[in-house]
Amino acid sequence: MIDIVIDVTLLAFLAITAVATLHLTNLFAIVMLFGVFSLLSAGLFVVMDAPDVAFTEAAVGAGISTVLMLATLALVKRPQKPYYAEAPRAHRPWLPLVVVVITGSALVYGTWDIPGFGAPEAPAQTHVARYYIDNALQETGVPNIVTAVLASYRGFDTLGEVVVVYTAGVAVLLLIVGGAQKRRPGPGMRGDQMRPNLILHVIAKFVIPLIILFALYVQFHGDFGPGGGFQAGVIFSAALILYALVFGLDVAEKIIPSRWLHKLAALGVVIYAGVGVVPLLLGGNYLDYTLLGSTQVAGQHLGILLVELGVGITVASVMLILFFAFAGRARK
Amino acid sequence: MDFFIGHYNYWIVIFLMMVGLYTVISRGNLIKKIIGLNIFQVSVFFLYISLGTVEGGAAPIIAEGVEVYSNPLPHVLILTAIVVGVATTALALALVVRIKESYGTIEEDEIHNLDHSL
Repeated sequence: MIDIVIDVTLLAFLAITAVATLHLTNLFAIVMLFGVFSLLSAGLFVVMDAPDVAFTEAAVGAGISTVLMLATLALVKRPQKPYYAEAPRAHRPWLPLVVVVITGSALVYGTWDIPGFGAPEAPAQTHVARYYIDNALQETGVPNIVTAVLASYRGFDTLGEVVVVYTAGVAVLLLIVGGAQKRRPGPGMRGDQMRPNLILHVIAKFVIPLIILFALYVQFHGDFGPGGGFQAGVIFSAALILYALVFGLDVAEKIIPSRWLHKLAALGVVIYAGVGVVPLLLGGNYLDYTLLGSTQVAGQHLGILLVELGVGITVASVMLILFFAFAGRARK
Repeated sequence: MDFFIGHYNYWIVIFLMMVGLYTVISRGNLIKKIIGLNIFQVSVFFLYISLGTVEGGAAPIIAEGVEVYSNPLPHVLILTAIVVGVATTALALALVVRIKESYGTIEEDEIHNLDHSL
């Protein structure tokens, strides 16, 4: 019962936050509200029994994407006050309202046929999900079914996703890292460094090692508890982004030079794709980890660990590449 | 009442989705459009996770004494989608930065005017 109450309350908060972001015109406030929106979402994912998703959403939504949006705001703010205001529209947006109301009504009509929330006999629970829950532990030796499905059963899918993340990182590099020297610095292009703050420095020094330790735990314990490469990668990069925010970009770039990150991002994809090739050479199918070990379970376990390591390396480095791309542009 | 609780999640999902869609269509500021797109995206995440929830279920990590688990498949799809989502959002933001540098504005109307005055 308490689950339902929390679920109803958090969803209502989400709806209110969404409407508030629509109504506000100060972009800075909108971005901060979107961070709140993501944090509420992460809480809701925990209530809906999805701790893996909650980890990712908390680190990505409330951390990394908020930082990226703030960095963008610094780059695109207006030359005069108000810096972050959205320009008013000239016309009343009646047509969009009509479109949205009609689409929304059609969708609500569609929900009449959806089985109720949490119904155990719903079609979504009775097909392939049943198979995963019944057989994942025997076939892969990994108690966390999410990890087993992600890295083994749907390994091709995940390989594709990792390549997409890598490609997006490369595209951002091409868009806003090259060619920045030709531009003369305009108003608002100077990177406003954060003033040294003793409390922030002390707390950051205390907290960052713990976050990194937690990220490593999430990475290597992801087959037994909630976690895995995606979650660990974003938590790890969030720690380093926090470091760069508090101690300055120059110090952070000395610790992790950009050219390393570029190679590491590619290395993760190579590890993932390479682990897939090994069974191919041993006479099996691509990404069929069974042949990697003496028994099926040993092979699957080793394969999942390696693949998750590749995912973690790529995700962490791409997130850092994105952050350094935006922050570095703001500084130039 | 049961029908209401059973469908409340989906209605809020649709509401969030429509708020996101409305923001994308009706607002001219490119940053705000991206935020709208993100709200739309999060609503899709909720749709999937809501569909995967099982009453009285536990997180899908095999443990002794637990009989009912939530559906792991939506969790897999969504946790990868979140990371892909932030990467593609960053790509969109990078495009916005380049548009600002070329046009000097991120308001859709002003960009259109500049394009037509060439």
